[in-house]
Amino acid sequence: MVAAPGAVGNTGDITGARPADGTGLGGRPSRSPDALLTVTGLTKHFPVTRGIIVRRRVGAVQAVDGIGFSVATGETLGLVGESGCGKTTTGRLLTRLLEPTGGTITFDGRDITHLSMGRMRPLRRDIQMIFQDPYSSLNPRHTVGGIVGAPFRLQHVKTDRGIKRSVQELLELVGLNPEHYNRYPHEFSGGQRQRIGIARTLALRPRLIVADEPVSALDVSIQAQVINLLEDLQGELGLTYVVIAHDLSVVRHICDRVAVMYLGKLVELAGRDQLYGLPRHPYTVALLSAVPVPEPARRRERMRIRLTGDVPSPLNPPPACRFHTRCWKAQEVCRTEEPPLAELAPGHQVACHFPENTPGP
Amino acid sequence: MAADTADPAAEPPLRTDPGAASALLVVRDLRIHFPTDDGLVKAVDGLSFTLERGRTLGIVGESGSGKSVTSLGILGLHQGASARVSGEIWLDGEELVTADPARVRQLRGNKMAMIFQDPLSSLHPYYTVGNQIIEAYRVHNKVTRQAARRHAIDMLDRVGIPQPAARVDDYPHQFSGGMRQRVMIAMALSCDPGLLIADEPTTALDVTVQAQILDLISDLQTEFGSAVIIITHDLGVVAELSDDILVMYAGKAAEYGSAEDVFDQPGHPYTWGLLASMPRLDRDRDERLLPIKGTPPSLINVPAGCAFHPRCGYTDLTGGRSATQVPELREIAPGHLAACHLTADQQRTIWAEQIKAKP
Repeated sequence: MVAAPGAVGNTGDITGARPADGTGLGGRPSRSPDALLTVTGLTKHFPVTRGIIVRRRVGAVQAVDGIGFSVATGETLGLVGESGCGKTTTGRLLTRLLEPTGGTITFDGRDITHLSMGRMRPLRRDIQMIFQDPYSSLNPRHTVGGIVGAPFRLQHVKTDRGIKRSVQELLELVGLNPEHYNRYPHEFSGGQRQRIGIARTLALRPRLIVADEPVSALDVSIQAQVINLLEDLQGELGLTYVVIAHDLSVVRHICDRVAVMYLGKLVELAGRDQLYGLPRHPYTVALLSAVPVPEPARRRERMRIRLTGDVPSPLNPPPACRFHTRCWKAQEVCRTEEPPLAELAPGHQVACHFPENTPGP
Repeated sequence: MAADTADPAAEPPLRTDPGAASALLVVRDLRIHFPTDDGLVKAVDGLSFTLERGRTLGIVGESGSGKSVTSLGILGLHQGASARVSGEIWLDGEELVTADPARVRQLRGNKMAMIFQDPLSSLHPYYTVGNQIIEAYRVHNKVTRQAARRHAIDMLDRVGIPQPAARVDDYPHQFSGGMRQRVMIAMALSCDPGLLIADEPTTALDVTVQAQILDLISDLQTEFGSAVIIITHDLGVVAELSDDILVMYAGKAAEYGSAEDVFDQPGHPYTWGLLASMPRLDRDRDERLLPIKGTPPSLINVPAGCAFHPRCGYTDLTGGRSATQVPELREIAPGHLAACHLTADQQRTIWAEQIKAKP
């Protein structure tokens, strides 16, 4: 397993009072040579406007609010959380499908936060995305050959033996029949369509792949096939993954490090075994205890932590610690002071005033 | 021996079946076929199971297994020329497939109710949740509007909606996903049905909300004494909630038994495949998942013999019968049935030596 360079002073925490421009306590980016991707103080607010002729801004959906982490080459980082936590928005920020409101994104040492479309285009060979829904992420009017070959054409890449040959090699790589070059997406099953999407993503041999819920739309038996495929490809092609998912079992299987998000903030960041073995943030503890395990005999002895209520709206998140409204340990300080993302153990960062599983002072 | 009658208010003569006296729901050889331009889709093809009062049955299967079609069939929602339903469904001693649709409508919502997968699309957006619960209650009970409204508020309170007297006049879009699902549960339980069918009740929900809803269903089942059928593809959910499990594949039952039996000693290669292909939080992390090769079959061209045989790794042990003979659902241990040509001994050996004992 790869060491976690992100633990070196890269906290990216910002209290609500600070300007959303990326500066903040401990916000210097990690200078670790292994980090392919570094994110500091990343923020995205979606303005909410009112009015027809003159649109006034009345608020903002604070989808992502000052998060920071880094990903080393060849590593897989998992980003987990529930609806409204901002993980999908983070994925789109990393691939620059959205422009950050604040913070920085550094890819291979280069600041890509506010690059123009033209400047970003050559980088799109290196940063690619796998989308969640295999039914809506492929153009139904294009053949498979057209879909997987599009990156070559768009990036004006010359191939040795022609685009068609390259596409057929890609189809073989993901376990599809190269003779299906001229078929349309609707002739394939969900799992096969996801493989087509993966083939398209791999076309230009990217270095970083952001996978947004890559298997959640698939049946259980097909999920395993696609998970194995992603793992094999990582080994074969030296890929780096950021996997966004809500299924904690899948994340545990494929990720080296895991970041837990809640309402736009990063609440815990740790190596996989540390997070699943010794979770420290109360939200992570509740999340892990809520996952149903396929073991009937254990259900009688399970102590599940029941979180009350639903996730608050990101339009109006709770002040200070955003989790305090649902936390069973919340005290006065949680309502007034936002806990910084602090390193409690090597490689294990937690944003909580009263973390779990921590030996007392 | 039809149960139709000109006067819907009169109790129609019931077909009775002595064997079904104790069980709340008995399904025998249910077949639901849909004729389409491409051919006959055999969504459910010979399904049989029973459900006792107060117990929970989990129906597990992937897309195309026929589990949702089964539940809609029990409720009698496949009306008209679009479906061919045959077989027997006995609810509390009354047969439903041959019953008059008016009679089934009386039972629907009253004696049997359903919770659907996506509450946002299952609740009517134009009516308040109170009105939707009141409507369901008043169709089956002669009560005043005020009494029905009190009942609706009471139901919302029972399912854990805060400030029910105020929220009874809210519209579905004013609730979050978890709250909407609770509203659906309130609607389903408003007439105190003996049978509750939950079709993927938590698939659209976050995992912490899912935990709340599963706990709620379990608590309400104890409180109301209903029998519950929970339909899902999530083996974890099924393990949490079910007493018995029915594994479906290609419209037929592959395995049926208590939850302990099916998880500890599964007797069908498909169940082995499902259990082996899932990443699990409670086990050591495996280096590689073992997916079931191939894809679920077309329901128009179901494979001959055992529908699972193209994906099964043990067909060579059955002497070629997998490709020609449909396996019967037979007992491999007391109360534990599987539809497989492998003998019970072969199954136990394979499970113990090859699959369970992975390092």
